[in-house]
Amino acid sequence: MSAAAPHSTPSGGADGTRYAADGTRSAVDGARLEAGARPEADASAARLSIRDLGITFATDGGDVRAVDGVSLDVDPGRILAIVGESGSGKSVTARSILGLLPETATQSGAVLVSGTDVVGLSGARLRAVRGEDVSMVFQEPSSALNPVFPIWWQMGEGLRAHDPKITRKQIRAKAVESLRAVGIPDPEERIDRFPDEFSGGQKQRIMIAMALSLGAELIVADEPTTALDVTVQAEILELLRDVRDRFGTSIIVITHNMGVVADLADEVAVMYAGRIIERADVRELFAHPREEYTRKLLGAVPHLGGDSAWTALSTAEQEAIEAAEPVVVAKDLVIEYPGRLGRPAFRAVHGVDLMIRQGEVYGLVGESGSGKTTIGRTIAGLEKATSGSLRVLGHEMIGISERAFKPVRREIGFVFQDPATSFNPHLTIEECIAEPLVVHERGMSARDRTARVRSLLESVELPGDYARRFPHELSGGQRQRVSLARALVLNPTLLIADEPTSALDVSVQATVLELFRQLQAELGFAALFISHDLAVVDSLAHRIGVLYRGELVESGHGPDVLHRPTHDYTRRLIASLPVPDPVEQAERRRVFQKNWGDRVD
Amino acid sequence: MSSPTTTAEAPTAPTARRGRRAGGGLGRYILVRFALIIPTVWILMTVVFFLMRITGDPITAALGGRLTPDQLAERRAAAGYDRPLLVQYLDYLGSVLRGDFGTTYTDNTPVATVLATYGAATAELVVYSVIVALVVGVPLGMVAARFRDRWPDAVLRVGAILGYATPVFFVGLLLKLVFSVQLGWLPVAGRISSRGELTMGRITNPSPSYLLDAIRLGDGGLIVDVLTHAVLPAVALGLLTGGIFLRLVRTNLIGTLEMPYVDSARSRGVSEVRLATRHALRPALIPIVTVMGMQIAMMLGGAVLTETTFEWKGLGYMLAQYMQARDYVAVQGIVMMLAVIVAVSNFIVDVIAALIDPRVRY
Amino acid sequence: MTVSNPLPPGEESLAQDMELEAEGALVAQDAQAPWFARLPLVSHLRRSVGLQRAMLVVGLALTAALLLTALLAPIIAPYSFSATSADGQDFGTQLPLGSPGHLLGTTVSGFDVLSRVIWGTRTAVAVMACAVVASLFIGVLLGLVSGYVGGWLDRILVMLADAVYAFPSLLLAIVMSIVISGGQSSAWGGILAAAISITVVFVPQYFRVIRAEVVRLKAEPFVEAAKVVGTGHGRIMGTHLLRNATRTLPLIFTLNSSEAILTLAALGFLGFGIEPTSAAEWGYDLNRAMSDATSGIWWTGLFPGLAIVLSVLGVTLVGESINDLNDPRLRTRRPARRRSGSVTAATAATSATAAASSPAAKEARA
Repeated sequence: MSAAAPHSTPSGGADGTRYAADGTRSAVDGARLEAGARPEADASAARLSIRDLGITFATDGGDVRAVDGVSLDVDPGRILAIVGESGSGKSVTARSILGLLPETATQSGAVLVSGTDVVGLSGARLRAVRGEDVSMVFQEPSSALNPVFPIWWQMGEGLRAHDPKITRKQIRAKAVESLRAVGIPDPEERIDRFPDEFSGGQKQRIMIAMALSLGAELIVADEPTTALDVTVQAEILELLRDVRDRFGTSIIVITHNMGVVADLADEVAVMYAGRIIERADVRELFAHPREEYTRKLLGAVPHLGGDSAWTALSTAEQEAIEAAEPVVVAKDLVIEYPGRLGRPAFRAVHGVDLMIRQGEVYGLVGESGSGKTTIGRTIAGLEKATSGSLRVLGHEMIGISERAFKPVRREIGFVFQDPATSFNPHLTIEECIAEPLVVHERGMSARDRTARVRSLLESVELPGDYARRFPHELSGGQRQRVSLARALVLNPTLLIADEPTSALDVSVQATVLELFRQLQAELGFAALFISHDLAVVDSLAHRIGVLYRGELVESGHGPDVLHRPTHDYTRRLIASLPVPDPVEQAERRRVFQKNWGDRVD
Repeated sequence: MSSPTTTAEAPTAPTARRGRRAGGGLGRYILVRFALIIPTVWILMTVVFFLMRITGDPITAALGGRLTPDQLAERRAAAGYDRPLLVQYLDYLGSVLRGDFGTTYTDNTPVATVLATYGAATAELVVYSVIVALVVGVPLGMVAARFRDRWPDAVLRVGAILGYATPVFFVGLLLKLVFSVQLGWLPVAGRISSRGELTMGRITNPSPSYLLDAIRLGDGGLIVDVLTHAVLPAVALGLLTGGIFLRLVRTNLIGTLEMPYVDSARSRGVSEVRLATRHALRPALIPIVTVMGMQIAMMLGGAVLTETTFEWKGLGYMLAQYMQARDYVAVQGIVMMLAVIVAVSNFIVDVIAALIDPRVRY
Repeated sequence: MTVSNPLPPGEESLAQDMELEAEGALVAQDAQAPWFARLPLVSHLRRSVGLQRAMLVVGLALTAALLLTALLAPIIAPYSFSATSADGQDFGTQLPLGSPGHLLGTTVSGFDVLSRVIWGTRTAVAVMACAVVASLFIGVLLGLVSGYVGGWLDRILVMLADAVYAFPSLLLAIVMSIVISGGQSSAWGGILAAAISITVVFVPQYFRVIRAEVVRLKAEPFVEAAKVVGTGHGRIMGTHLLRNATRTLPLIFTLNSSEAILTLAALGFLGFGIEPTSAAEWGYDLNRAMSDATSGIWWTGLFPGLAIVLSVLGVTLVGESINDLNDPRLRTRRPARRRSGSVTAATAATSATAAASSPAAKEARA
């Protein structure tokens, strides 16, 4: 590893310099120092050293080599990001560090954790390494915490495993200490609570606290923020950085998100098909990527404000859209879900006003629970609007009957988020795409249908013989193309796309977005594009609406929303989205810290 | 995302969830769950009542053929069976609400008395069998899950399937043949020897349980006598349920052993044994307890067969006797009582499951 | 690995996705196989290995033996099930094992044990077929409609089904058999009575399973996609829901078949079965054999009992294996190292292969 690389992050001074900086935390730090006290010689050696690691899985289809000849070093107090797309072997590599591979895996090479080779290690010796030398933070904080045990007990299990004589009182004291260190308020009271009573971000904080309480000097974080909203993600990333600064912990972060890499990492290893194809200092990698694959990967990441769809239009086009007839008009729209068993109804959308014009792409941005999906579903007639007014293609949706709405349905296409579940596994691609034709074009002959399906497959850039395949034989990106084809088969006036690319790898996402852009320009349909990713929305939408807790807090053309946001939430959203450029991101982070740094979830 | 009512966009703010454990949630759950007993019992009562009346009235069933049509009509009128069905139904509901489940024809005893007299014997049998089932099923299920797909698992699974495939009365027959007839270790049938019954007669205010009475008398021989009689019936009924418990524990434990939180605990150095016995077992217990409760209720059905096989004079044995005598008032009454017991025990089990699970839903 | 940032799927939906994914994998896998290999049991046999295959094969063999015996009973059985004499000569009662002409002896009523055991397969198979087919149709139909339509109809049906389901099934079967036959009957009367009693018990089980599947699937995007398009209710239920909801049916089908045999035997044992002169029924024979046991006559009870055990065992083994083979979590993890991987391994590996070879990689390069 390029140990000569200077510490480049502004907050990251030399190890230990910040220990006394924060008075309120010094008590914890002291305890931590004591627990983690190690011989001097150890501290200077690499915390982790992987040598020529190979991992092979035995599967139905024969042996699969998931990791091939990987070598890595992580020095004390450094953050290494392993980045790659699905199937690159990054998670498998991470799990091998803790010896968490399934029985069907065979390993070769060496994984030295603080000098101990964990390959081939088992039983008590492996358990001694786990937790104490290296700890793991998982992707889904909700499922990584046991739902039926209180927090302190779960924290205690790790402590007890390494020190059988520890008392209940000591465990509780330690739990309080570590929860406080990760910024959970009222830890004394909350250690008795169950995981279900914490938000996603807090659960991830608890996971990190568990790693800290055991005194692990190396934390392996597998997609630690992938399941979280961007604003929460920013806080968790800040916490990880803070942990490194305060305790000198080394961190390996596994991610597919280039923004996260730029924000957090000191060094980056790019993995592709089980190999590390490029390894560099973070600034070096983003500025001068050596490998073709790395360049492509970086190129595929949408950069906030990089290419706004609105600015890409000519003035004439902009004026044309501004003057076009509205397709969807919502006025003071309220959507509620009825409460069960006498509970009050849950109001998902509070008085939203929005308008989508003919040929316009409207991008709706928000975090989970913001009501963005609900609005999309209501426009498509999948949910009922409660009050206010919602006119879709000239029909008032409040109280509309299914019979009256059915003819409108042929004018609406819908693309769902998850390509895995969007198709009936028993139908061929042709049957899937042709379904709208079967419903609305009863007179159409089978031959005409086949022809229409083929031409659509062509326009979504898939080979025509895919028509006979089953959905499962296609990749996620291909299925999303088919989904687009199905939505467009009747030439709809309005297309609703609910997070169509969020389940896809970055490079695949880029190609699908490009396809969407082309088809929209060609066919001129109006679209509601729902996403959590402001950068993606800006690159696609002519107008952006920002939803926060069921309210539309901001709406306008891309550049206006991004550069002159009026609502504080929008500003926070923009500030917390990490951009794939370490230099720019460092500056953004400073701004974010200044304005929102003291917030916890 | 999918259905909004389940996952999609519910608020996750911690404030919305706070205080739910403090009492409101669980108390409310118990209340709602308790209220659900009423429709369950009422539905069963109604279904059973109308089904049994479709074919005719109990008097004709019990005495038809032995009486002249005139006598029969007189008896039916006296019992009110000539009234419209709906009136009879409401009348029946009314008496059930007062705790009156009818009077048997064959021996003219109130059904409630039959229950009081023979219920304890059945309860005793069910308790013994549950103990056998738990002792056999739970640890072996954990072993099977732990050694999944290796030989102990294979042996146990085949054993459990075999246990399921063997009717309880056939197991009873085999046990009798081996342990009573061939080896002569254990008594063939009954709850107590005739000599023991005489001794038992000395007790002034007998409790429903023979075992308790024997202990009260402090008669060692009597205790052994009572216990040896219970061994075969308890094993016959317990093994059947034990096999079901084994599968239940195995499947659920395998499920939770693969949850990320187990991996997460493993990554902190927790030992495999502790992962299986604490981290994976507790969450697995929630479905296990629910289904176990249901199985215990189902044991009442098995008790009918076991009691008949071993002439264990409990409710099930009496039910079979009344059935043979075509005394359908007794049958209906006993079935209804059992329905109430089943509904109540399911309620208790659900509450226990809710206590284990901090995420009380409803 | 590349799960999106927003809306973290709850555990439930995660599991659901996996099921649908697994279903898709099986369909896709079968798509390349010749038609006969796609038949339920054949495709299961092809997929199985090791212990699972052994269980499946033994189960299939026992079940085949049961069906064959039932079919060929008149040819195999030495006597009629109701015969107590042949050529004007009484068999004699309680003849021991290996008596001339009576390989397994005779019963207390003078029936030939072997003949009764063989003829008993017919009764068992008939009840099994009637009961399972009837409850299958009623239960699936009700479950489909109830789950899809929802609302009050659904609530009432669920409550009814739960009430019946929570009740000891044998007691219900007893009540039903009283209702239907008054407790005694001819061959077909008895078979139908038993079958209907069992049907009443089973309908709620099918109902619950199918309804649960339908409710789960109803929220899946592919069904919503059909709704958005305006697909009619009939087509949604038939094409989209039913075809995906029936995956668990073979399992319940076999479990209920075995339960049907057990319930029939239990009814017979309690004296609510079929008259011995109308048809051979193992439960009845066991009932009569109980008193023999005390006097050490074991063969009159052992053989009908074994017949029950083997029949139920065969059908149950088939069901168990199918269940394992259909459940991705149970199927993929087997000790046979060459052939299988654990779930995590399999997913990791499939995505690895996907990246290395097929569609995804092409896309990435595009």
